[in-house]
Amino acid sequence: MQIKKQDPIKSSEITCKTDYLSRRDFLARTAGVGMVGTLAGTTLLPGSNLAYGAALSNISKSPLSTTDETLTDLESISTYNNFLEFGNDKKDASTKSGGFTTRPWTITFEGECNKPGVFNLEDFIKPHQLEERIYRLRCIEAWSMVIPWVGIPLADVLKRFEPNSNAKFVTFTTVYRPEQMPGQKKNTKLNWPYKEALRIDEAMHPLSLLAVGMYGEDLMNQNGAPIRLVVPWKYGIKGPKSIVKISFVSAQPDTIWTLFDPKEFGFYSNVNPEVDHPRWSQRKERRIGNLIKQDTLMFNGYADQVASLYTGMDLKKYF
Amino acid sequence: MKVIIKPAVFILSLLPFFALIYYGFTSQLTANPIEFITHYTGDWALYFLLITLAISPLRVITGSNAYTRFRRMLGLFAFFYAYLHFTTYFVLDQFFDFQAIIEDIVKRPYITVGFTAFVLLLPLAVTSTQKMIMRLGSRWRQLHSMIYPLTGLAILHYYWLVKADTRTPIMLGIIFTSLMILRHPWAKQIRNRVLPVRKKA
Ligand code: HEM
Repeated sequence: MQIKKQDPIKSSEITCKTDYLSRRDFLARTAGVGMVGTLAGTTLLPGSNLAYGAALSNISKSPLSTTDETLTDLESISTYNNFLEFGNDKKDASTKSGGFTTRPWTITFEGECNKPGVFNLEDFIKPHQLEERIYRLRCIEAWSMVIPWVGIPLADVLKRFEPNSNAKFVTFTTVYRPEQMPGQKKNTKLNWPYKEALRIDEAMHPLSLLAVGMYGEDLMNQNGAPIRLVVPWKYGIKGPKSIVKISFVSAQPDTIWTLFDPKEFGFYSNVNPEVDHPRWSQRKERRIGNLIKQDTLMFNGYADQVASLYTGMDLKKYF
Repeated sequence: MKVIIKPAVFILSLLPFFALIYYGFTSQLTANPIEFITHYTGDWALYFLLITLAISPLRVITGSNAYTRFRRMLGLFAFFYAYLHFTTYFVLDQFFDFQAIIEDIVKRPYITVGFTAFVLLLPLAVTSTQKMIMRLGSRWRQLHSMIYPLTGLAILHYYWLVKADTRTPIMLGIIFTSLMILRHPWAKQIRNRVLPVRKKA
């Protein structure tokens, strides 16, 4: 597998809106039948200066994908984002991330493991088979999407570094670059850089994914380029973007949200219709594109696979 | 000149509403239109409350009564946008799910205070006609002084609902507080000391 460097875009390559839309329809239709890896070229999104990254090749389909749901359209996924590093408004991530550089990118593995290391992103990903994983994404603000991620199973990655018996939790840290990320400068209430964590067995769960692409192409800046975490049974806040460091630690770490307000945000943040956030009822959600809200499912519909991680735990207390 | 100013303010006050309709027809309501409309109408309801509250300080500062005749209309526009805001929540967001709405009002403080603000705004809108002013006499003024606490509640509503960035509601709170200070009789006395009193606008 190879991640191509992004070439500067010549004006002749800029796709006009109709091309883009028909191409998007094409993507939506073909994404489900295994052709995602064959699309080439660079696209420009209307209304933003962001290049939609290079096509990824050699992607396999995963049996862990959610298959019975309509994919959320690319325009919504790429213009409606909570990526607070770029600002609090949903459109800030797509309009203010043009100057964010994601190559070269290094990622550090450290802490309670036998083989810590620092990698160039391309080298780090090379040994892995890319998979397409279609997952529901449920935001804590009670909206949701269905997204065809491309990535590598987190467990496969973590095993390479041979975590030792002290490794009880895994922490993920987002890049800190206030000069390129205006939200890190402006929003002083959050403890930058963004830090999130999973219990080691959650991190090793087959559903946990490190995503490097979406809709068959490189991740766009607004979606967490070049590499982000996706944990489909947890709220979206548990999916840090633009990750630079992954650490194995022995004690449950603070996360950006538990530091911000431990009464509102729990360490686990599992999707749970029975446990309300003080501001949002979690019983229902609005699927982006739909008018009427739908019921939220326990563990975002992944209960069969993940409920056993939490047997015997009071999920109202450990929310 | 005088004749056209009032209709001009009227049209101007409707511009945000027309803009919203324009956004709708040109697909600019983002991927989550209901959230966008809720925020947009909530913002404008609050702006119009503050604009309405700015009339008296304006009189104090300029020494002119010229703006007072817009006050009632501006207050009604605050109600207009608050009504759109509440209807968006009631119909589009919750889709008449009364149980969920009542639960929201009872359990979520930001909805509790927002709802209170809206309920307090209702009688003001209903009694804004000339006839009602006559009929209620001095009680009309009393009733309409509700606009001060309800605007405070609306700002609290905003402050409590933002996820992490409280800068905008705090800024609006500072504007609100300044307007409250400026309308105080003391402000008028100070002004009269500092600036010569103009005879007429
Ligand atoms: C005078 C009355 C009211 C005013 C001035 C007002 C104002 C506002 C403002 C300024 C916002 C934030 C907009 C933004 O983020 O840009 C807002 C949001 C909101 N308001 Fe109100 N509001 C009022 C009454 C109500 C009522 C009665 C309800 C429902 C019962 C309500 C429900 C909401 C909801 C659901 C949101 C969005 C919350 C979110 O996105 O998390 N508001 N309102």
